[in-house]
Amino acid sequence: MPGITREEVAHLARLSRLELKSEELDHFAEQLNDIVDAVARVGEIAAEDVPPTSHPLPLTNVMRADEVRPSLRPDEVLAAAPAAEEQRFRVPQILGED
Amino acid sequence: MTDLIRSTAAETAKAIAAGEVSAVEVAQAHLDRIDAVDEKVHAFLHVDTEGALEAARAVDAKRAAGEELGPLAGVPLALKDVFTTKGIPTTAGSRMLEGWRPPYDATLTRRLKEAGVVILGKTNMDEFAMGSSTENSAYGPTGNPWDLSRIPGGSGGGSAAALAAYEAPLAIGTDTGGSIRQPGAVTGTVGVKPTYGSVSRYGLIAFSSSLDQGGPCARTVLDAALLHEAIAGHDPMDSTSIDAPVPAVVAAARQADVKGMRVGVVKEFGGEGYQAGVMQRFHESVELLRSLGAEIVEISCPSFTYALPAYYLIAPSECSSNLARFDAMRYGLRVGDNGERSAEEVTALTREAGFGPEVKRRIMLGTYALSSGYYDAYYGSAQKVRTLITRDFDRAFGDVDVLISPTTPTTAFPIGERADDPMAMYLADLCTIPSNLAGNAAMSVPCGLAPEDNLPVGLQIIAPALADDRLYRVGAAVEAALNDKWGHPLLEEAPAL
Repeated sequence: MPGITREEVAHLARLSRLELKSEELDHFAEQLNDIVDAVARVGEIAAEDVPPTSHPLPLTNVMRADEVRPSLRPDEVLAAAPAAEEQRFRVPQILGED
Repeated sequence: MTDLIRSTAAETAKAIAAGEVSAVEVAQAHLDRIDAVDEKVHAFLHVDTEGALEAARAVDAKRAAGEELGPLAGVPLALKDVFTTKGIPTTAGSRMLEGWRPPYDATLTRRLKEAGVVILGKTNMDEFAMGSSTENSAYGPTGNPWDLSRIPGGSGGGSAAALAAYEAPLAIGTDTGGSIRQPGAVTGTVGVKPTYGSVSRYGLIAFSSSLDQGGPCARTVLDAALLHEAIAGHDPMDSTSIDAPVPAVVAAARQADVKGMRVGVVKEFGGEGYQAGVMQRFHESVELLRSLGAEIVEISCPSFTYALPAYYLIAPSECSSNLARFDAMRYGLRVGDNGERSAEEVTALTREAGFGPEVKRRIMLGTYALSSGYYDAYYGSAQKVRTLITRDFDRAFGDVDVLISPTTPTTAFPIGERADDPMAMYLADLCTIPSNLAGNAAMSVPCGLAPEDNLPVGLQIIAPALADDRLYRVGAAVEAALNDKWGHPLLEEAPAL
């Protein structure tokens, strides 16, 4: 099994939107390696013919009645926002400047 | 009512209903206790003095008006800081949510309020419920009231410590891999993970959605049962909520009788890595159950030894997805927004600053386990192990009514001992994880002190899904027999704070 390298941790951090510091990369690489080594044991008994379980309850498409109900008040929700403007969340730029 | 803080919830509710004491007096006694000891214990992240007294006044007013009070009206409770409370800070033990005041109540919070339960405040926990020691809290560790230099378990260490320190007679925890039962075991208190889907997850900040389950924590089995009935039941706001009647757990706790029950001892839990004193108390519990009329059967569940690795793939995978919501846009922390950086850069800087090391590890581990090329070997295999574990349980429950094991392999370890050794920390949940993977019901009940360190040991009882009442029958029988033997509840042996 391939070990998790410093470069791989950097890649995982990018995918996970974590701006890790350089010293964190080595530390996490070592720890993630140990953990992945230990958890890889699941392969020992996961035979082809065993169906996967994703959830303890056999539920699919649970619906509520489609009724109009009061929702949260915008001012209460926006009070918790890092930044708000004109009853909207104010966010940093999402598209590049043109 | 001579001692307001040492009374059980059942006694306190009765005394309030009878007018022997007011709910305000009870609340004030607990707030005073928190004032006196919580600087040392650090069970609470936030104490809601005004809210608690207001709720207590409402109960007293109801009684004065001649209205009927529920079975827990006026009883104080410590709420794990992972359930939303409208207008009251909710952090999940993370910097990411420091100062956040949710705009809504969790269904569980609402039910507690409707039952007249007095919420004293929010308790400390491992960040986003990831951990077994409460050391992963961004706000500092909680001490175990039996020995403040030791961990109170986790992730719900604050809730369990609040009970053991007599800061509250009731508490709420959440159990994803053992976070109610393991803290219960190491603090000498009772903790129950109800059947998955029986307590609403609406307003419970998600860690691993197919495993997370809220549940009751208390100092006695009957108190846990009363709380269980107050919080369980179908909720249309949670699509994974079970639409079935709540088992009669209070009646079962009062029955406290194991005569004729078949009790299975899980063969795989024991041996290397298990503390001698833990196993000694466990074996004594087995003999106790036999003497109380239970039939003891040894049961083999071979897949259980793969539960820990399966859990540490499934839970991180689900967490890597669930915690994507912390993007610094709508609520919580935002770091580095200088008008130049893009939203994506701000998100990454915020998550770096807002999450602690264990949360980062699990997000990256989950991202790894779910990535193409590794999915089948890791997440896919773990899901198959989950099936095999469920089959082991099904086979076992075809033969016995409940299964038993030690709750944890060891007693409370010193703060700091496993803090930077994730694999050693994960072992604390060895015996509790299978029930989360299968979604059934399990309890930890105190069964003595380990002779070598005089620290509490927990007995785990596991019942099939929707047979939670069996936990309470067995747990209450064990509790009654042991209290008889000792002449008092185990907690009375804890040193004074």
